Amino acid sequence: MKKFKYLIPKTLDEAVSLHQSHGGSAMYVAGGTDVIVKITSGKLAPDYLISLKHIDGQSQLELNTETGVFCIGGLVTHRTLEMSSVIRLQYPIIHDAVQRIGSTQIRNVATIGGNLVNAVPSADGAIPLIALDARLNIYGSTGERSVDLIHFFQGPGQTVLDRGEIVTKIIVPKQSKRTGAAYQKFGRRAAMELPLIGVGVLIILEEGSNRCAKARIALGVAAPTPIRTLSAERYLVGREITEDTLNEAGKLAAEESRVRDSVRGLAWYRREMVAVLVQRMGMKCLQRIKESEGR
Amino acid sequence: MNKQSLEIIINGEKYSLAVEPNRTLLEMLRDDLELTGAKEGCGEGVCGSCTVLMDGKPVRSCLTLALEASGSHVTTVEGLAQHGELDPLQQSFIDHGAVQCGFCTSGMLMGAKGLLLENPHAGAKEIRNSLSGHICRCTGYTKIVEAVESVVESSKEKR
Repeated sequence: MKKFKYLIPKTLDEAVSLHQSHGGSAMYVAGGTDVIVKITSGKLAPDYLISLKHIDGQSQLELNTETGVFCIGGLVTHRTLEMSSVIRLQYPIIHDAVQRIGSTQIRNVATIGGNLVNAVPSADGAIPLIALDARLNIYGSTGERSVDLIHFFQGPGQTVLDRGEIVTKIIVPKQSKRTGAAYQKFGRRAAMELPLIGVGVLIILEEGSNRCAKARIALGVAAPTPIRTLSAERYLVGREITEDTLNEAGKLAAEESRVRDSVRGLAWYRREMVAVLVQRMGMKCLQRIKESEGR
Repeated sequence: MNKQSLEIIINGEKYSLAVEPNRTLLEMLRDDLELTGAKEGCGEGVCGSCTVLMDGKPVRSCLTLALEASGSHVTTVEGLAQHGELDPLQQSFIDHGAVQCGFCTSGMLMGAKGLLLENPHAGAKEIRNSLSGHICRCTGYTKIVEAVESVVESSKEKR
């Protein structure tokens, strides 16, 4: 492995200033499950590796019971998300995704911030958070700013992060009462697999009916970045959520996707699976709304 | 480049070491400390044969820098046996014929140990799920899962 110096800042400011003082030859590392592989294989060659793991206050989950805002620290591991009862009960769509990322050994160290910053088209961690309208807090030398997660990605491996900026928090806004959300990673194996396609659906129903008040349909591996399929979402709003309307939304989402052929699967197949899974996840949303109302 | 210092507890013993920052935990264990139980299979975090426990949780030692393990308790397969007695998992692997070529075994043992530390009553599904991050190229998965199940069963009987 290439030689580098390993730096351990204790605060965000220290991390940012270390990054600044070493210019282009410095890199942040959190869990390291991607970074270390890329250094070993020679794809990355930093002279300075700045560990973010010892910065306080970045690895917490906080649900503010007054505002209903859910805050996930950038350094929270996938395993923490997987085991959290708040997530299992109130944000099952996140649980759907994180329980199938990598393996236990990977989830024990890999962080959600790292998953997002990597910006791979298949980022399983990102799709549910996009469906939940999450925002990111970003910290850098000019202070803190906030970006909608859907606008965070610019291309494979590319984000709106400026040099030296750190994703500190993922903010999930308050959920309406009748919200259901579900994610399906569709691949061939259970472990250590990247999805052929990833489909996240969120549906909010009006009080007292099955009419859709709000819909989110987010797709992974359907374009160079995670996307939302807006025409399918618009189609659902105001309509009764049934197998038929979800079927139509699935078709619209498939048309909107920009899937392509790759070693993992062909575009036509991916497109068909988008249609199938949007419907299936939509039905799961309904089921989850029912279950939560039964509790 | 300069070595950096590292305090670490491995299998209950305290070590003060100096390592190159680019040294992985696996390289340090195998090459510096001659604890060769953890194996390098793929070297990129996919196969699970380098699995060790860090503060009781299974991690890939090939993806962990030695310096990242600073201050933590690391357990390798060499640390499983206590006072000359095999860990129940080790004994069960032997009894169930869960070892073929043996290359994945130390990783499997540590993955299973991590699971049982977290959930001593893990069911078949959880065991399979948890070991899904380990590859056995002899494909002896059934015996391995049975060996772990049997440890869970006998710990229930003891209560």
